[in-house]
Amino acid sequence: MDDFRIKKHPILKESTAKYVDIYFDGKKIRAKQGEMLSSALFAAGIRIFGHHDRDGGAQGIFCANGQCSKCTVIIDGKPVKSCMIPVRNGMNVYPAEGLPELKDDGVQVGVKKPVPELTETMVLIIGGGPAGLNAALELGQCGIEVLVIDDKSELGGKLSLQTHNFFGSVSDCYAGKRGIDIGHILEDKVRSNPNIKIWQNSTVVGVYADKTFGVSSRGNYRIVKPEVVLNSTGAREKTLVFPGSDLPGVYGAGAFQTLVNRDLIRSSEKLFVIGGGNVGVIAAYHALQAGIDVLGIVEALDKCGAYKVHVDKIKRLGVPVWTSHSVVRCEGEEQVQKITISQIDENFQPLSGTEKSFEVDTVLVAVGLAPVDELLEKSRNFGIEIWAAGDAEEIAEASAAIFSGKITGRKIAQSLGKDISIPDEWEPLANLLKSRPGKYYPNRPDNYGLKATYNLFGKTLYAQNPASGETVSMRILEDMGITLPPGNKWLEARDLIKAYKIAPVQINEDYSNLQVYPVIHCDQEIPCNPCHMACPLGSISINGDIMNLPEFHGKCMGCGKCVMVCPGLAITLVYNNYESDEGLGLIMLPFEFDESLVPKDGIMELAGNEGEVLGKGKVIEIIYTPKQNGRKLIKVEVPWSLREKVVGVRIRIPGTGEIENSVGKNIDDDPIVCLCERVRKSEIVAEIRKGVRDMNQLKATIRAGMGSCGGKTCSEQVLRVFREEGIDPSEVTPPTIRPFVAEVHLGDFLGKEDGEEE
Amino acid sequence: MTNNKIYDVIVVGAGSVGTPTAMFLAQKGVDVLVLEKRSSCGQGENKAAIGGVRATHSDPAKIQTCIQSLEVFSTWEEKYGDDIEWKKGGYCFPVYTHDLEELLKSFFPIQRKYGLEIQWKNAGEIEELIPGINPDGLRGGTFSTNDGQVSPLRSSVAFEREAKRQGAVFKYNEPVVSYIIDKGEIQGVITKKDKYFSKQVILATGADAADHSKLLGIDIPVRPDSHEAGISAPIKQFLPPLVVDMRPGPEGKTANFYFGQCKKGQIIFCYTPKNKFYGKNKGNLSEFMPILASRLISLIPKFKNLLIRRTWRGLYPMTPDGIPIIDQVKEVKGLILAVGMCGQGFMLGPGVGKNISSLVVDGSWMLAAEIQKTFSFYRDFSGEEAFK
Repeated sequence: MDDFRIKKHPILKESTAKYVDIYFDGKKIRAKQGEMLSSALFAAGIRIFGHHDRDGGAQGIFCANGQCSKCTVIIDGKPVKSCMIPVRNGMNVYPAEGLPELKDDGVQVGVKKPVPELTETMVLIIGGGPAGLNAALELGQCGIEVLVIDDKSELGGKLSLQTHNFFGSVSDCYAGKRGIDIGHILEDKVRSNPNIKIWQNSTVVGVYADKTFGVSSRGNYRIVKPEVVLNSTGAREKTLVFPGSDLPGVYGAGAFQTLVNRDLIRSSEKLFVIGGGNVGVIAAYHALQAGIDVLGIVEALDKCGAYKVHVDKIKRLGVPVWTSHSVVRCEGEEQVQKITISQIDENFQPLSGTEKSFEVDTVLVAVGLAPVDELLEKSRNFGIEIWAAGDAEEIAEASAAIFSGKITGRKIAQSLGKDISIPDEWEPLANLLKSRPGKYYPNRPDNYGLKATYNLFGKTLYAQNPASGETVSMRILEDMGITLPPGNKWLEARDLIKAYKIAPVQINEDYSNLQVYPVIHCDQEIPCNPCHMACPLGSISINGDIMNLPEFHGKCMGCGKCVMVCPGLAITLVYNNYESDEGLGLIMLPFEFDESLVPKDGIMELAGNEGEVLGKGKVIEIIYTPKQNGRKLIKVEVPWSLREKVVGVRIRIPGTGEIENSVGKNIDDDPIVCLCERVRKSEIVAEIRKGVRDMNQLKATIRAGMGSCGGKTCSEQVLRVFREEGIDPSEVTPPTIRPFVAEVHLGDFLGKEDGEEE
Repeated sequence: MTNNKIYDVIVVGAGSVGTPTAMFLAQKGVDVLVLEKRSSCGQGENKAAIGGVRATHSDPAKIQTCIQSLEVFSTWEEKYGDDIEWKKGGYCFPVYTHDLEELLKSFFPIQRKYGLEIQWKNAGEIEELIPGINPDGLRGGTFSTNDGQVSPLRSSVAFEREAKRQGAVFKYNEPVVSYIIDKGEIQGVITKKDKYFSKQVILATGADAADHSKLLGIDIPVRPDSHEAGISAPIKQFLPPLVVDMRPGPEGKTANFYFGQCKKGQIIFCYTPKNKFYGKNKGNLSEFMPILASRLISLIPKFKNLLIRRTWRGLYPMTPDGIPIIDQVKEVKGLILAVGMCGQGFMLGPGVGKNISSLVVDGSWMLAAEIQKTFSFYRDFSGEEAFK
């Protein structure tokens, strides 16, 4: 039997959970005790979990996050979401074929008095991710009683999927550490605080007018009555509708990371990513780390939205990134087998003749995130004091969520009368961490040789690129112990040097006398500072706030710590002291993949910062760095002239997997918009043309948004159809949101009998 | 923007009653304008209805009105092609006590006289009708074959579209702010956006009816209370009838409860609270689902595996005696009230609409005068329907 598990991963270790036998449709499969059933099914090669009753459409994994119900299976006569059910020995699982039948198992439920257990708490925190846990810590430290409710079996939220090193600020949000490790640090802290109570595997399913919350916890149902609430429920992935978008194998990048990074499932052999934001690009990187080939990434805009360092590192590995391209369709028999993309014009319309097709088994949709905020407005309407933090408040990086949680935690403490202050620098820092990438400085580190002019504004010195007119660096002169005359004045570099006897940091700096030095390829402003913090000699500086680019000046001892820590893999070391045949130099690169890809003495294709192939080099040494939990450093011999230009080595050949573009048979060009109810775009268009302007009426007539997810997944896509029909969204009445956030078994409302197994 | 067009009839409210009323008028060639404060039809209490339609009442006026409604719902798809999810599964009242058996059987003569097909079924027959019902103490029950269930959401839209095809005009997002009344005669309606003229206005404003009292200078005795309902994810069809369990709940909070399986497979349910919640607050309450779960599972144990998808609270526009007001207003000539449906607006709607269209077009109610007077605005409201 095929076992689709990742046995070897450069970062992650296989869980030590024991194997048990479970049954799917009567067939025995091996699964790991406690892992999520959907992952166990994937590990056994099962990708189709059932068929929809409306049209027989194949169903499988979609969100892997308990938000939709596409992964429903039947256990003990009950329809359940397989992504939320842990494996138990001997479990009998059946596919959900059409509508489930209500089975009489003859077991009488003891019907007790229908009064659920009531739990009172000072603060209820919904969601134990980076924002929620940090808020809990701040509150717990003030002596405030907190109940954290989280729907997963592991705390940390989506940190548990993040195997990459974090950006942000080292002192404030653990930058430079991997997300998974940050999750564990936070969990330990929260667990050791006696004021913080945690309910895991528990979903807050509804808020009620009596200012209480209903909580469903695997067979139990409880009511929580808080004084104050924090909604830190994170985000859900947005979807995209195109022909074939409903096929199993087309799912969210977050779902993929859940399978691969949390559960170590080799979910795919070859995949394609739609969306060049951070989520998509990072998911592509994670795929490669798991030994899954990434055939390409498409981005509709002319530039990827992700941090440039993320995009560049994926390009360097040999993954093509097509900007101004979009997906045309996916095809396949009950499972995606082929994706076709094409270039698009400025109106996002496909340009015929530019199509490219690829043979894939998975397509990841990474087109952005939306706050999970269903409970927020409802709670406010009921007069409940509710706050929001993290992605549930505003979509940003996890580092920002950590900080947002800390600040909101303290604000809640203040509102509860605690005498605690919020340091002045927190808010600006929080905003900084939420920053979108700033300016891009092309051809860095060639900027090193730049002829610059300088402008003095008080104590700050700006350098300007005379070609582009852009400011390329700045520093606080105070740090340098230099006083300049007041006023603004443009000076030539040489005049400045002459007048004030200072050498501008990055300009004309001569490294020839250094034995070794770092080359910083970081060329876009992002909130990040681990390299600055890592350098034991303090030679890497970031002037002003952490959005600014790091600069090296002074001495380097070649420890490689900056190379190890940089989340963008954008720092290399150049060894001036390398003795070899003439014309060769030695550099050190970070590498986070299996070492078999970079064998000693192996000849590798060398990639420049943005993935351009520069030549060939030879692997001289692989250095393992146990502290960095999987990141390796490799020394590569490269042509001398390329020593400052090489940033990575290729591990795949672009173009692999491309097949002839032809439209297959039986292609349905009418995409499904509402996945729960299998409502097609043409049905929505027909209703709009009949004059429907109220999304509640669409629910009535064609059931769009009436399914299990409550319209969470498709509402935005439905609105998009309105826009395509020329209707201004302001004319469209939004759908009413009602309990429950997630479906609850009727029997659960009766709670557990005393002594019943959890 | 005001134009001086005079409509034959203006219907205020595009809900359970207003929409089919406008449709029957339009079908008879009447030039109708419907004004609705919400953004589409059926968005008030119509969509809060569970969709049960029964002629199983004890009051002749309601029996006859609902027989008319049943005729409309059950033949709709055949006549117009839209699937409004009609399911003829009957209504079943399982009976566990001698007293209830006697009471329900005592209605049979009058129910049958006015056209209801109703039978007594023994316990075994009830167990066949309601597979999985807890048989402990079950004596039997009543079953009315021709009752059924239909989607309020879909039928409301179907009625609106047919009305439009027949020329009716629907204007949404137009709450009425006042009425134009001259010398005791209605002349038109003023909304937030515009003025509209007509010498006949039908008030079908559901739970908001009493809010129009001041505007019209009459006292409309309608006071809403609220009932919570819910729906499950769909399952394979197994339950033909709508079921009403008339027993008060042992938890002390429910007077009775009822449920059925929609044509699409969902189980839809509701209970009547023992103590009423008056007012228009429609926020869900935490006590609803646990109580309902205990009632549903006590009656049909396998319901424990149902996945509950959504719950909501809707308003019952109650009159003091629990009987609707469908009448012409003497104080304001040209004004017809079709209000106070007491939670049965959806099942009564098409019958009420037919009845009103008959009055407007033919000059006389469709119901016999003796029966129609049950709905009079000028009754003393002190009575109570024997069987509610």
